[in-house]
Amino acid sequence: MSQVAQSRGRLGFITGFLVLPLALYLTFVIWPYIQTFGYSFTDWSGQSPTFRFVGVENYTALMKDEVFRGALWHNLLLLVFVPTITILLSLFFAFMLNAGGRGGAGGVKGVRGSAFYKVVYFFPQVLSLAILAVLFGAVYRSDEGGLLNGFLTKIGIVDAAHPVEWLNEPDLVLWCLLMVVVWHGVGFYLVLFSAAMQSVPKDIYEAALLDGAGRAQTFFKVTLPLLWDSVQTSAVYLGIAAMDMFVLVSTMTSGQFGGGPDHHSEVMATVLMRNFLYFGKSGYACAMGVVMLILTMILSLITLRATRRERIEF
Amino acid sequence: MTTVTKTAGTTEAERSGGGRRVKKDGGSPPSEGVALNVFSHGFLAVWAVLIVLPLAWLMLGSFKTDSQIGGSALSWPSNWHLDAFSRAWDKGIGDYFAHTMIVMVFSVPLTMLLGSMAAYVLARYPFRGNRIIYYFFVSGAMFPVFLALVPLFFMVKRLDMLNTYQGLIMVYVAYSMPFTVFFMYSFFRTLPTAVHEAAVIDGASDTRIFFQVMLPMAKPGLISVGIFNVLGQWNQYILPSVLMQPQSGSDPERYMLTQGLIQLQYQMGYETDLPVLFAGVTIAMIPMLVVYLSFQRQIQAGLTSATLK
Repeated sequence: MSQVAQSRGRLGFITGFLVLPLALYLTFVIWPYIQTFGYSFTDWSGQSPTFRFVGVENYTALMKDEVFRGALWHNLLLLVFVPTITILLSLFFAFMLNAGGRGGAGGVKGVRGSAFYKVVYFFPQVLSLAILAVLFGAVYRSDEGGLLNGFLTKIGIVDAAHPVEWLNEPDLVLWCLLMVVVWHGVGFYLVLFSAAMQSVPKDIYEAALLDGAGRAQTFFKVTLPLLWDSVQTSAVYLGIAAMDMFVLVSTMTSGQFGGGPDHHSEVMATVLMRNFLYFGKSGYACAMGVVMLILTMILSLITLRATRRERIEF
Repeated sequence: MTTVTKTAGTTEAERSGGGRRVKKDGGSPPSEGVALNVFSHGFLAVWAVLIVLPLAWLMLGSFKTDSQIGGSALSWPSNWHLDAFSRAWDKGIGDYFAHTMIVMVFSVPLTMLLGSMAAYVLARYPFRGNRIIYYFFVSGAMFPVFLALVPLFFMVKRLDMLNTYQGLIMVYVAYSMPFTVFFMYSFFRTLPTAVHEAAVIDGASDTRIFFQVMLPMAKPGLISVGIFNVLGQWNQYILPSVLMQPQSGSDPERYMLTQGLIQLQYQMGYETDLPVLFAGVTIAMIPMLVVYLSFQRQIQAGLTSATLK
């Protein structure tokens, strides 16, 4: 085969392999992403084919929208607490699993049954958020039939006549949702940190032990710095999850697409969906999508920058 | 109650274990190891109970009567009949299951095939625009799906594919592309070039090399991404809830399982038949439990390596 023919065949092969994936991806992902920016400057309702260019009107309206501002605030709260609590808990458990059973100078050992714990902890990760929503909807029931109320009544903390209305209590609802996310996530990040801990050479720990480092010291001076890369990645992932929250809020709380009671659990995603599918304000919803994108970007940049450290090679 | 017994039980076991180990090592006094084991096992056991208890409680709920569920959370089911399960199945869980399966039978293999093809070409063939296309693919993973939602709906509507399986399949494949390409790209890069050269000398065409040499060699990578895609698409809620709504009175509903469960939750709230809802969730949960217990090693490894890469 001549050189030219061969390279032409190559080109055909390359094009052939790329054309379908690229076409699908452009049609359903990239093009809608780009369109959102355009639509966000219009008053498009989604119903009529016509719409008007309104400049930044949607964005200025957003800034004045009390509901959206509340939602933004809730997202920011979640953004701080979801990653912090999840990472702390999973780091704690991961350390327990991998170094909790150390005895004497022989080195660091995992506790017995650590494989069993990992299997149990990780399981929520394979459940869909829809299952979680139904499950915790039942756990947080506002009568004695809810697992939480039933249990607290039994041990006498909650009065049977006045059970706690977890998801209808304005001050509680967001924290109830937050606990679901933590419950769901801890196992995954535990396994993640565990894997990272196991890739740390044993002799580093042994050297620390020989130098007389205690458990806490070992953790803060040896384990944590070596895990910093994974912690950072986890923070970004959890942050992105905290920016979303749509499934849980829309299905567990009251109101059209959730957000109740009285917008106390509202997040940006639920406001967006309500404006799009219920109020038919597509252009306005697009503007919210853009705001969500910008915030996600800022968040990733801040996390990566704030947690940047010297990379440790081992 | 469970917590206490569990902790006590493991303490017993650990005490003897810790003692033995200390004797062997001949190191620090035995008290430290034992105390710490009790300490770590205590916390670990509590969290394990917090995971298992709600799930077990929900499953038990499928055997209760509706008034029992409303009455007290801690009551023990009075009958062990499976009728709540069959009612849940008839209420639509069976159909939702079937719909999800129909979509996934096509969407997962298609995702894997198209994603691998693109990743392979990008990883192993230098050509003009290679880097740009690669970053194009990968950048999609950074944006929230909400950004695209409104135009995506109208795009699928214009193609007349709202509430159709093929529409949802294509959307699933497209949205799984960034991660699949990203992961398979790095996998194909690590495969040795010598094998490829040998195949070329043997006269195999590029296409043949891909399907008969490279793809089989990439099997570990394919399994990892495959698991990731199966879980991701099975659990997807936002995309079907926007794209899979009946468009007219005569348009049959083709809800996915996740969507259907939420639907069932609304329905059962009105009809007050909670055992059916609990049974529905149990039915939806059992396949995941079985798959998870059979493949938990691969699933944990796959998902963690996927995140760390």
